[in-house]
Amino acid sequence: MAAIEQSDVPPHRKGLVSWFNRRGWSDIIIATPYIWLLVFFFLSFIIVVAMSFATRTPTAPPFSFGGEHPLINLDGYKRLFQDSLYIRAFLTSVVNALIATALCLLIGYPMALGLTRVSRAWRNILLMLVILPFWTSFLLRVYAWMGLMSNNSWFNRGLTSIWNWVVPTDWALRSIPMMNTNFAVVLVMVYSYLPFMILPLFANLEKLDQTLDEAAMDLGSRPFQVFRDVTLPLSIPGIIAGGLLVFIPAAGELIIPSLVGNSSQPMIGRVISDEFASARDWPMASSVAVALLLLLVLPMMLYTHFDAKAQERMKDEP
Amino acid sequence: MPSPQPVSAPVNTAGADPFVRIEAVTKRFGSFTAVDDVSLSIYKGEIFGLLGGSGCGKTTLLRMLAGFEDPTSGRIWLDGQDMTGVPPYERPVNMMFQSYALFPHMTVEKNVAYGLKHERMTDAQRKDRVREMLDLVQLTQFAHRKPHQISGGQRQRVALARALARAPKLLLLDEPLAALDKKLREHTQFELMNIQSQTGVTFVVVTHDQEEAMTLSDRIAVMDKGQVRQIGTPNDVYEYPNSRFVAGFIGSITTFEATVRKIEGQNAILDVPAMGGVKIGRSVPGLTEGEKVTLALRPEKIRLGRERPDDPNSFSGVVSGLGYLGKDSLYRIALPDGQIVTVNSVNARRVGEDERVADWEDQVWLSFDPTSAILLRN
Repeated sequence: MAAIEQSDVPPHRKGLVSWFNRRGWSDIIIATPYIWLLVFFFLSFIIVVAMSFATRTPTAPPFSFGGEHPLINLDGYKRLFQDSLYIRAFLTSVVNALIATALCLLIGYPMALGLTRVSRAWRNILLMLVILPFWTSFLLRVYAWMGLMSNNSWFNRGLTSIWNWVVPTDWALRSIPMMNTNFAVVLVMVYSYLPFMILPLFANLEKLDQTLDEAAMDLGSRPFQVFRDVTLPLSIPGIIAGGLLVFIPAAGELIIPSLVGNSSQPMIGRVISDEFASARDWPMASSVAVALLLLLVLPMMLYTHFDAKAQERMKDEP
Repeated sequence: MPSPQPVSAPVNTAGADPFVRIEAVTKRFGSFTAVDDVSLSIYKGEIFGLLGGSGCGKTTLLRMLAGFEDPTSGRIWLDGQDMTGVPPYERPVNMMFQSYALFPHMTVEKNVAYGLKHERMTDAQRKDRVREMLDLVQLTQFAHRKPHQISGGQRQRVALARALARAPKLLLLDEPLAALDKKLREHTQFELMNIQSQTGVTFVVVTHDQEEAMTLSDRIAVMDKGQVRQIGTPNDVYEYPNSRFVAGFIGSITTFEATVRKIEGQNAILDVPAMGGVKIGRSVPGLTEGEKVTLALRPEKIRLGRERPDDPNSFSGVVSGLGYLGKDSLYRIALPDGQIVTVNSVNARRVGEDERVADWEDQVWLSFDPTSAILLRN
C-alpha cells in the first residue's frame, strides 16, 4: 500500500523503516481510521437505518421488529410527510442554515482574502484570533450570547437606544426581542461557524498565484474586475468546502436552537432529540435522522458527481 | 551621486525622438535601493534588452514601466505622456510574465480575449482579433484547451498572444525564454524577433542570459546593483565595453595591468609586465602617458601557435589546461609570471587528437591584433 521509499530516509532510520514495511505495519496503521469509521460510523448508521423500520413498543429498548409489520414498518417515513411538524422543522433548519452559510461567506470571504494580503507576522496573529474562540467551551460562548441578547443586557439596551433614536417615536421599543427567535439562532450559528468558513477559504486563496491578479490588471481590469474575473472563480472550491463545513452542522444543529431559538419553530435536530428522549419514539427519531442525512448528503453527492463529469469532459476535449 | 549614465548613440534610430524616456528613476524598498538613478531612452520599434544578474534591478525597472511599482523619484515618459501615477490598467503597456500567469480557468481563446473585454469593439471584431493573434502564434487548433492541457512552449505563445492582443505601444517581456528548454529557446528567440518585426511593437526584454540578450536585442542596457553600466548595440557592449564589469559580464575576458608608455594618435603603446611592449589601436580619448590602465583580451581574439609569429603583440606561455568542446577548444595558457590566459580556438578543420595545435605542457606563442584589445581606464 504505502511502502516508504528507502532512499528518502536517513541511514540511521533504515532499520525501522524496513521493519515497518516488512511486517505490514503500514497497512495496519493506514487501515485503523477506516476501521474506526466502519465501526463507529457505518455500523452505527446501519443500526439507525434498521431502527427506522422498527415498530415502537412500550418495552426497553422501546422498539421491536415484530407485530403488525414484521421487519419493515414504514410508519415513521409516512408520518414525515403527514405531520406538518416535520416538514416545517426541515424547512426551518434548511432556511436557517442557508442564511447562516450565506452570512458566513459574506463575512468570512473578505477576512480570508485579507489574511492572504497581510505580512506574515500579521497573518499569524490574525489566524490566531480566528481560532482563539475554540479555546473556550462552545456552550459557554452560547450562554454569553444569551446574556448579551436578553432584554436587560447593556448590549440590548444599547441597540434599543440606537433603534429608538433612528425610527419614528411610534415604533419605539422598550427592548429589542432577540432571544428565542430565528434571528438569534442565525446570529449565534454565524458566530460559531465563521472559522469553518474562513479556514478552508484562506487555504484556497493563499494558494492562488498573485501574478494572475497583476496579469488581469495589466490587461486592463480594475481591482473589482480582477476580483470578479480571477480571484472569485478560482476560489470556488474553497467556497464550496467552507459552505459545506458550515451548512451541514448548521442544518443539524441542536444546542443553539434549543438555547436561543423559538421553541414553537423547532429545527430538525431538536425534533430528533425530542422524539428520542421525551417521546421515546426511537423508530420515528431514526426515520427523521435518516431523512436528514439523505437531505444533506444527496446534494453533496450530486455535486461531486457533476464535478467529476466536468473534469472528465475537460480532459476529453481535443 | 553617480553621474548621468553614458548613452551611446543608437545606430538604427539616430535622430529619432525617444519613445520611452526613463528620467533619473530611483526605487527604494525600505533601505534597499533596487534601482539607482537610472536614465535611458528606448526608441520606437526596437527590442531593448535589460541585462544583468539577479538583484540588479532589471525586473523592478520593468515593473515600474508596467505600473506595478511607482518610482521613489524620477519620471517615466511613454510616447510623450508622463506615466507617473497612471495605474497598470490604464497604461498602453502589456507585460508577458516570467511564469506566463495564464488564467487557469479560462481556455486559450478566453485568455487571449481577456484584455479585449475592456476595448471598445464589437463582438465580431473581438473574435477576429483573437483569431488573428492565435494565427500569429500558430495556436488556432488549441483555442479551446485550458492552459494545463498544452505544453510549456505553447503556454509561452499564449502569453505572448494575450499580451499583444490589445496592440500595446510597449510590450514588456520578463525572462521570456527562461522556462523553456535549450532547443526550444533557440527556436523561440527567432520567432519572437519575427513577431516583433511583423507587429512593429516596441519590446523591452528583461533577461539574465547574455546570449539571449545579444540575439534578441537591438540595444542592450547592462545593469548592476541598480545602475545602468552601459547602453549600446550588442556589438558595442561586447567589443567596446566601458568597464571591467561589462567586459566580464558579457563574454569572458583575461585582464592585465598595464602602463601607458606612449600615445601615437589613435594608437597607444602599453607596457604590460607579462608581455613587454604592446601596441593598441583605437585607444580611449583623454589617455595620458604614464597612466595605469587595464588591458582586456577576449579568448577568441587571441591567436595560438607553436612558432613565434611575426606580430608586434606576441608573448609566450605553457599550456596548463585544455578543454575540447567540439566546435572549439579552450586552452589555459600559463605565462612566465604565473598569470593564466584563456584562449579559444575554433576547430575549423577536422583533426585527430595527436595532431592538435598544442597539447598539455607545450610551449606556445600567443598574439593578438592591436585593434582587438580592449583598453579600460582604471
